[in-house]
Amino acid sequence: MTTFATQFTEQAKRMTRDLRHRQIIRTALHNYEIVRDQRKAAFQDWPTARQAAAETKWEAINHLDQHLVAFADKLAARGTKVHWASTGAQARDIILGIVRDKQARSIVKSKAMTAEEIHLNEALEHAGFDVVESDLGEFIVQLRREPPYHIVFPAMHLTRGEISELFQRELASAPTDNPEELTMIARRVLRKKYITADIGITGANFGIAETGMISITENEGNARLTAALPKTMITLLGIEKILPRIEDLAMFLPMLAVAGTGQSLTCYNTLYGGPRQPAETDGPEEFHVVLLDNHRTELLADAEQRDALHCIRCGACLNVCPIFRNVGGHTYNTTYSGPIGSVITPHLRGLQDWKHLSAASSLCGACTEACPVKIDLHHHLLQNRRNAAAGKPAFFERLAYRIFGIVANDPTFWSLAKKLVWLTQPLQKLVQGSALDPARAWTQTRDLVPVARESFKDWWRNRP
Amino acid sequence: MTVTLFIPCFVDALFPRAGISMVQILERLGHQVVCPEEIACCGQPPFNSGYWDESRAIAVNVLARLKDAEAVVIGSGSCGAMVKKFYPELFANTPQAEVAKQISDRTWEFSDFLVSKLGVTDLGAHFPAKVTFHDGCHGLRELGVKKPPRALLARVRDLQLVEMAEAETCCGFGGTFAAKFPMISTAMGDVKCASAIETGADYIVSNDSSCLMHLQGLLSRQGKPIKTIHLAEVLAQQ
Repeated sequence: MTTFATQFTEQAKRMTRDLRHRQIIRTALHNYEIVRDQRKAAFQDWPTARQAAAETKWEAINHLDQHLVAFADKLAARGTKVHWASTGAQARDIILGIVRDKQARSIVKSKAMTAEEIHLNEALEHAGFDVVESDLGEFIVQLRREPPYHIVFPAMHLTRGEISELFQRELASAPTDNPEELTMIARRVLRKKYITADIGITGANFGIAETGMISITENEGNARLTAALPKTMITLLGIEKILPRIEDLAMFLPMLAVAGTGQSLTCYNTLYGGPRQPAETDGPEEFHVVLLDNHRTELLADAEQRDALHCIRCGACLNVCPIFRNVGGHTYNTTYSGPIGSVITPHLRGLQDWKHLSAASSLCGACTEACPVKIDLHHHLLQNRRNAAAGKPAFFERLAYRIFGIVANDPTFWSLAKKLVWLTQPLQKLVQGSALDPARAWTQTRDLVPVARESFKDWWRNRP
Repeated sequence: MTVTLFIPCFVDALFPRAGISMVQILERLGHQVVCPEEIACCGQPPFNSGYWDESRAIAVNVLARLKDAEAVVIGSGSCGAMVKKFYPELFANTPQAEVAKQISDRTWEFSDFLVSKLGVTDLGAHFPAKVTFHDGCHGLRELGVKKPPRALLARVRDLQLVEMAEAETCCGFGGTFAAKFPMISTAMGDVKCASAIETGADYIVSNDSSCLMHLQGLLSRQGKPIKTIHLAEVLAQQ
């Protein structure tokens, strides 16, 4: 096993024993499920909406070459500097270059999973810049020096009490478990940061090819302040975030809100078209858009799994995933956790190192059912398993399946195998749970169903 | 009609009563049942683990034995999904592609066959108990079988069906997943069992014995009184 796989297994073992954690996640997601279902019911026809959204994303991704160029041209026409980054390192260098060029003292940043993907904050801090997360959940996990727990709810694993303790320790605030008071504590800190920041960094929920605009969805107004107050705005987005037309937002903004948080729409939805134009009174003086590939074009070249680029990062697949709900977001040790993370991380970071995430699934398909853009998630996990086994087969596992195949295909062998297990199962009972037990992985927590003395086939053969 | 009943390997070895019940039900309805002796497994374990060549080595034998069948009935949603949904994919671009497709079209999960193909819901069964139904994921999401088991249970005399909150949540079995990640699998099973117990039911009924094998294993280890039983065994009780 690779290091990543061992880490995952160890962490999963620890987290599944943590009943308190499992209960916190269950409660949080139960509330989400209730409101999500109410909002879904408000759609005239949710399945048709999903199909339409999937087709729009299909069009966007399958003509990405044209849409990206149109998007970049429109942005540039209004004075935005568009940068193309093939790798995470290139994107970091581009952003560091801008920050250095502006001689920035402080940076304020709104939520961007793409920035997590390229470890942007670490790079900025390492270069001596102060960067503060302005989304409340991100602000909390930044104070804890840990990555976001979930694509949409970065601090969902924490209770109000834990957040209060954190604020007392880090911000010298008074104890409270009132959510509004906790928000006000963060707000007081953040407001000062907005005013002093030279640079605002944002992510993007969508990039509109037709008009060359960035669409940002949020609930706290922090992204608006991040974009509006500093003199320089930098937006980092993956190339798959493209939507062909502005009218597509009429479908995608409600869809993202319903699937992501169970809202009809999020509180703030803003389009950014470029830096401050001559007749305008506000907005950044300079606007940079960094388009990130970072192995996305390799996924684009994979006809079988290309639809994984449809992802709008709503987190719906995480929320319904029984694996995610029991092991938690940090166990994955990836930027993108849950089913979508298990599908794309092998493409982004190497199949053999990350194939264990595709194996760690019961293939129940709840993710695929929940995905608003109909990504065939659980079947992609199967394909990852196939590709991983083809690339580097596990010798004993493959041998076991070959032997099993010979036995299963031959009625005499199959009968003998059943008899053999029937005869030896009393011995297994003697060593059950010990290192000698061949079924130990099962029997540590579960009883074995015994092989019947008369199998179905015996009965069938012997019946009058 | 001649029904070719494919009894999956684990049903054959561990749950013969479920298979026998299916034969009894189909024969009572006046159909001729044949069970090919030469096939034991559908090939799903290697398929799900990524070993598609090894899976095909098993599945070609299944195709050969089922190719002339009028209707194939499979006593498990999971193995049913393998033959109906995944065989065409497994055999795509191979000489068997066409026969895999043909067999897929003629293959039914047991409860779906009774309700959707034969149009039968009342089997004259009598089962005085309170039960809750577990939707196996493959039957539910790969084959879309949600209503047929409930339509059948609704006509069982003296049976009370109480839906659990987590009816559609995976039981945590997932084939080799249960052995590769036993801690996750067990945690998922615990969620499922707790939801089933909450209903106060005497039995968890399912159309998939593989899920029941997992749930029964957990319940029996934890000394919980709720029992598990395959849908066919309930329906065969007169």
